[in-house]
Parts: sequence; C-alpha cells; structure tokens
Amino acid sequence: MRASLALHLGLVAVLFALNFVLPAYAHGNIARVMTLAVYAIGYNIAFGYTGLLSLGHAMFFAAGMYGAGLLLRFTDAGAVAAFGVALACGAGLALVTGLLALRTAGVSFMIVTLMFSQACALAILYFAEYTRGDEGFVIAAASRVVAGHDLGDAQVRYLAAWALFSAAFLFSLWLVNRPMGKVLVAIRENEPRARLLGYDTFRLKLGALVISGMVSAASGAGYGLFFGYAGASFAGVQYSIFPLLWVLLGGAGTVIGPFLGTLFMFYLIDLSSGITDAYMLIAGVALIGLTLFAPQGIAGELRRRAWRGLP
Amino acid sequence: MLSVEGLTAGYGHAMILRDLSLVAEAGRITCLMGRNGAGKTTTLKAIMGLVPPAAGRVVLDGEVVSDLPPHQVPGRGIGYVPQGRRLFGALSVAENLEVALMARGSGTGLRAEVLELFPRLRDRLGQRADTLSGGEQQMLATARALCLQPKVLLLDEPTEGLQPSMIDAIRQAMLTLRDRGAAILLVEQRIDAVLALADHVQVIENGRTVETFDAAALTRAPERLRSHLGV
Repeated sequence: MRASLALHLGLVAVLFALNFVLPAYAHGNIARVMTLAVYAIGYNIAFGYTGLLSLGHAMFFAAGMYGAGLLLRFTDAGAVAAFGVALACGAGLALVTGLLALRTAGVSFMIVTLMFSQACALAILYFAEYTRGDEGFVIAAASRVVAGHDLGDAQVRYLAAWALFSAAFLFSLWLVNRPMGKVLVAIRENEPRARLLGYDTFRLKLGALVISGMVSAASGAGYGLFFGYAGASFAGVQYSIFPLLWVLLGGAGTVIGPFLGTLFMFYLIDLSSGITDAYMLIAGVALIGLTLFAPQGIAGELRRRAWRGLP
Repeated sequence: MLSVEGLTAGYGHAMILRDLSLVAEAGRITCLMGRNGAGKTTTLKAIMGLVPPAAGRVVLDGEVVSDLPPHQVPGRGIGYVPQGRRLFGALSVAENLEVALMARGSGTGLRAEVLELFPRLRDRLGQRADTLSGGEQQMLATARALCLQPKVLLLDEPTEGLQPSMIDAIRQAMLTLRDRGAAILLVEQRIDAVLALADHVQVIENGRTVETFDAAALTRAPERLRSHLGV
C-alpha cells in the first residue's frame, strides 16, 4: 500500500517538477496529455473497474466542453462557474443515459451508448446557431481567467492541467481503495453473484457511470478552458474510441494505466508523424505489438508480472 | 424456517417446477435429489428470486420473500452457493470475503468466525481467487455466503469434482453449521453424501416431489433412493 501510494504521489510530483524543466513544445504536450488523461481516468472508472464497455463517452467529454464553453460564450459567469456547470452537465447526462442504457448489457450497452453519443453529436450540429456547428467556437481569452490568472498562459495552463489531473488521479486511487471500489470490481467480475450478496448492482453501476461521466466532463471542460476551443469533432465516435484505446494500452482497471496509455499513444503519434506521413501505420504496428505481447496493457502487465498489489 | 409453497416456475413458457412444496428447518440438512433436469437448481434459483414464480410463494420465518427483487433476498437471511462457485476471480480471498462482509455491514469478528470453519483459506488470504484449487474455491464460495450470516444456506452440489480431502472438509463445515442452528438446503447427487449428511431427503422428478425420506428411513432403504436416481 505504501509503495503504491509512493508511486502515485511520485508521478504527481514528477509531473509538477516537469513544469520547470520541459522545453516549450513538450511543456504544451504534457499539459494536453494530462488533460486528456483525466478523460481516460473517467473512462477507466466505468470500463476498467466496473466493466461497462461504453462506446459513447465522447458525449460526456463534449458535455463538459460545451457546458463550460457555451456558458462563457453567452454569459459572464466566469471560468470557475463554467467548470462547475460542466461537471453538472456531465453528471446529469450520465444519469439520464445510465437510467436507460444500463437496462442493457454487453454489446447492447455499447450500441445504446454509441447511439446516445451520436444523438448528442448531431444535436451540437443541429443547434449550430448557438454551437457554431462543425466549426466550433473559440472560448474568449478574457473569460478564461481564474483568480486573475490567465489559463491561456503556458505556465498557468500547465499548472491548471496538473491540478486537474492530480485531483482526478488521486480521486481514482481513493475510490478504488474504498469499499465501493472493491464492489465495482466484484460487479465487473461477476454481476449476478454480486447481486446475490445483496448489492443493488443497477444503482451501483449507475453511480459508477455518473462519476465516470462527471470526470470525463471535467476533462472536456478543462480542454476547452485551457486550449480555448470547443468543437463538434470532440463529440464524434473517434473521441469515444480514444479513451478505450488509452485505457487498454495503459492497463484497464489500474489507476496509473490511463495516464500511461494516453502518454504512450500521444507520443507514438507525435513522434511517428515526424518520421513519415504514414504515421498511423507505425502507430498501428506498435499497437498490435503491444496488444500481442502485453494484452493487459502497460500497468496491467506490470501488475501481472511483478507488482501484484498495484491498484 | 424456509418453506416453499406450491411453487410453479420456469423459463418463458417452459415450467420446470410444478406445484413444488418443501420445508428447510433450522438445525437440519434437507437434501434435494433428483435426476438431471428434475428441477433441483431451478428450485434454488426460484428461492433466490432469480426465476420468477408463476404460482406459489417462498416464505422465510413468516415473511414472503418471493415478491422481493433478487438483491434483497440475501439480506433477509438466505445465502446461496451456486454450482460452479462463481467467485470474483480478480479479487483476493480477503477481498472476496470483504465484499460479502460489507454487503451485510459485518466486521472482522465474523470473518474470523468464518475462517475458523475453513482454516485452509487463512493461508491464502492474499491470493487471487481464480488461482485457488477447486476445493479452495468451493470453500471460499461457501465462506463468502456465510459472511451474510444466513439463516438458510442453499448449496448446489458443493462437492462436485473435488478430491476426497476437500469433500470431507466441506461436509464437516456443513455439519458444524447445522449444529449451530442453520437450515441447510443441499442439492446433491452423491448417495454417500446424502446418507452421511441428510436429516431429510426430498426427491423430485419433473419439478414435482415424488417421495420424501427422513434419516432413519434412508438408512433402512437406500436402494429406494438409488432407484429414483437410476443408479
């Protein structure tokens, strides 16, 4: 337990220290990776720990992004209030989606969440008068200020992304070590059996999905606030597949896995695109290799081979 | 006391149980026997609410439990160890017990009590459940059900496919539980196990009771039981 806490706190400390040493390009990249890793952390709560394979999480990410972005576009509410509204949007959408989608399971659940997500993406396009449809909109720099600090400033943005990541990361660590975390794993492993121990698995899964949706929305809001843009592409299928990929690569059902997967995938594409235009080919080969030789993902393999108690 | 009263239940339009009645009394082991497909497992599932009754009811100490959703049945005092154990494979032995204890809001005292029945599990607390041997998995499945402090324990062929030393350990645990006052409803196919454990036997065919025996009658005429089972 101590070693695991040291590992997770150590990562938070290293990421903080990197703020002072990274060159500008990498500095911006890591801020982006940390923000997106929050999305993966949210996805991991639903998929990695509870076994809910959703193909529609982009709607929660977009709910956060548009919840915050539209509020700032049409009001003077301020970035903090916008972030709060974004969390409420993510949680509310996850609650409504969960109440309906969790009546299904397995492939049906995947399809229902995908349909919900597509409906949200189409709604963004339909209400183009407010959302500017496909083009998206810039979130004005003047509205992206917290306590006098401009989120557009590279240093402030990095520290804000670090704070958001640290909060989600440590929350995830706390959650999986709580009794609820163990029960979620029990549901993932054998839901009928968990029910026969007396657990209302529908409510617990709904709770997990709401938490997952809220964390994903926090990532979407953060992305919009830190990088100043809200766009419909973030609500598309691709952004529902990304967190699944990041979590699988990093290690589903591990706390550190979502970050490792996001970092790996981000840099795999970034570096390979510097070598060739066919960078997706390199990325694809690397992904196949990882899937073949480390099917449980990076942290999952670490847990299987060397660190049994890694949460 | 658990009583099943005139239960008719099945899957879709296919009724497996037809007007089945039985009683599992405290401090007694009641064995449910029958050939494959007779409805033994369906009886246990119907008691747990997993197969909804078309007619009849299940009553525990005067309370009708067949109207409850399945997740509320264990809380009323019925523990179920299904065939095939069905553990939480990625969790350790200790975590499997912890999840069950949390469901009942029970603490470490009860865990120690349960581990007394299965001391072998004490040495395996940190081990992943899916890496245990078959016998240890059965012990854990039973121990986990006991963490709910059930008044009635339903066991579906708990010794199937186990080596003799494990079978002895599990039988001994059942006898201890019975002596502590639990009602045990055991689905069992092995006649030697039934003769060693049962206080009462009910034989079912096509979802109906065809004969019942008390322990004394069983000892006098085990061949009747064999003829029912076709062995």
